[in-house]
Amino acid sequence: MLPDQLKDHPAAAALDARFPDAIAGGHAEHQEPTLFIAPARIVDACRFLKNEQGFVRLSGITAVDWHPNDPRFEVVYLLHSLANHTRLRLKCWVAAASPEIDSVTSVWRSADWYEREVFDMFGVGFRNHPDLRRILMPSDWQGNPLRKDYPVHGYKYSYKNE
Amino acid sequence: MRETTLHTDTITAVEAEHTGAQPPETSSRRMTLNMGPQHPSTHGVLRVVLELDGETILKAVPDIGFLHTGIEKECEVKTWQQVVTLTDRVDYLANLSNNLVYALAVEKLIGDIEIPPKAQWMRVMMAELSRLNSHLVWLGTHALDIGAMTVFFYCFREREDILRILEMFSGQRMMTSYIRIGGLALEPPRGWQQAVGKFIRAFPSKVDEYEELLDSNPIWIRRTQGVGIAPIEELLDLGVTGPMIRAAGVNWDIRKNEPYSSYDKFDFEVPVKTGNDVFARYRVRIGEMRQSARIIVQALEGMPEGAFQADAPKIVLPEREKMKTQMEALIYHFKIVTEGFRVPAGEAYQAVESPRGEIGYYIVSDGTSKPYRVFMRTPSFGNLQAIPALLEGRLLADSIASLGSMDFVLGDVDR
Repeated sequence: MLPDQLKDHPAAAALDARFPDAIAGGHAEHQEPTLFIAPARIVDACRFLKNEQGFVRLSGITAVDWHPNDPRFEVVYLLHSLANHTRLRLKCWVAAASPEIDSVTSVWRSADWYEREVFDMFGVGFRNHPDLRRILMPSDWQGNPLRKDYPVHGYKYSYKNE
Repeated sequence: MRETTLHTDTITAVEAEHTGAQPPETSSRRMTLNMGPQHPSTHGVLRVVLELDGETILKAVPDIGFLHTGIEKECEVKTWQQVVTLTDRVDYLANLSNNLVYALAVEKLIGDIEIPPKAQWMRVMMAELSRLNSHLVWLGTHALDIGAMTVFFYCFREREDILRILEMFSGQRMMTSYIRIGGLALEPPRGWQQAVGKFIRAFPSKVDEYEELLDSNPIWIRRTQGVGIAPIEELLDLGVTGPMIRAAGVNWDIRKNEPYSSYDKFDFEVPVKTGNDVFARYRVRIGEMRQSARIIVQALEGMPEGAFQADAPKIVLPEREKMKTQMEALIYHFKIVTEGFRVPAGEAYQAVESPRGEIGYYIVSDGTSKPYRVFMRTPSFGNLQAIPALLEGRLLADSIASLGSMDFVLGDVDR
């Protein structure tokens, strides 16, 4: 359902017309249009926005951990159009139990490393990602550092007994 | 003594040529070369696993993360103002661009804060000085990689002047933290006009010197022209930004297209080239240095008078003198330093043009005195994804020039 604030946004309106079940809400805080997308529709929505609405660039993908709420993770896609220099933010809620979402690497190749980073830092999996493994942390690392329940100093060291 | 595989292969190849026998099968000439993490031309700790067939790179797999310091995690336990010092350390060459993008994003979240014109212009000037700093280090080290050693000394001579200016302003040569939420850290020092003026008026002639050294150097030309080409569609799809894509004909500069911090009041051009090779990237960056110098001259001549910080006592630290004499100022100072100020809940994304491309900070606030999430969309991370596209199918020797032309900072990649 397209929010009233974004009724005049051309890309959001076009997306709503094409995939009526894709948009689950949104807002335009600080003049930055943001759409919540149904996770099942994320690849369709991204492909449509890239191919037909000119969002040729994916600036990045990240996530926000809202622990202990459920759904816990917000996966955030930062889109940018070179034709008219507009930006659009897409968001998907991902549940805490078996967090997983479809990969958009088939739409933008740049999604590859960003999805690996989210996987590494938050433990959110991406289905159909060509090479999903840790990117910044060592491959044998335990845990996902950017989760809110992960201590800042890590699990490995304790400073209490020193 | 044990013979290496490579050695045996070479002999076989030579023998094959002389005896007219069948050349060895391709598979026997294959080898995997581990470039980095400690390699002079990776400018930091980048590892690229190269699969070679003779001198040709078949496959290049970048491996990053050696410099991961968890800056994004650390942001979540610092107060809003403390995070400024962390943004310096993301990219040691473009620290002012990082300060700026963070300050702009937080100011967007705060909403009702007005940055005085002097602070805005000073931010532009400092960001451009750090662009010059970054491009000078790039040019010096890139030329050094390719074998033109003298340029390095010329570039570092000017860089030293910039670092002295930064020290004069902020007390620090590199980790300046000069741009703060609400304005600047300090009043610009007495005599800054003379210091910056002296440097910037002489600077264009220094750029002429670099060009003279390189443009007429046949080795430089042959090692850079036609090297490191990848189709522009591919580069955009891979998330490449900044001089890399402007050298491929895309006229996109955030300073022009989404102006921030009064960039729209400055008169400058965006250098665009169509060569799409290492040489074109060099030309674009040289052009950017000249344009940055133009911007700095305009900032110097037209610097508005007035305050260097916003009039927002709950966010900006009070003057030292007021803090000692006024009760209210003392309370604000105490509150900001101990607890920090609160930022309204919400989220904002701000992008600026760093020397390397688009830096974007996506900041989420939950209404407390610490950021809930800071995502740093760093240009080097995006650009590095193009390593396979630039290296695969090319000669090993060209990989040095290609990698150098990307101008990455590993701290910026790994954060």
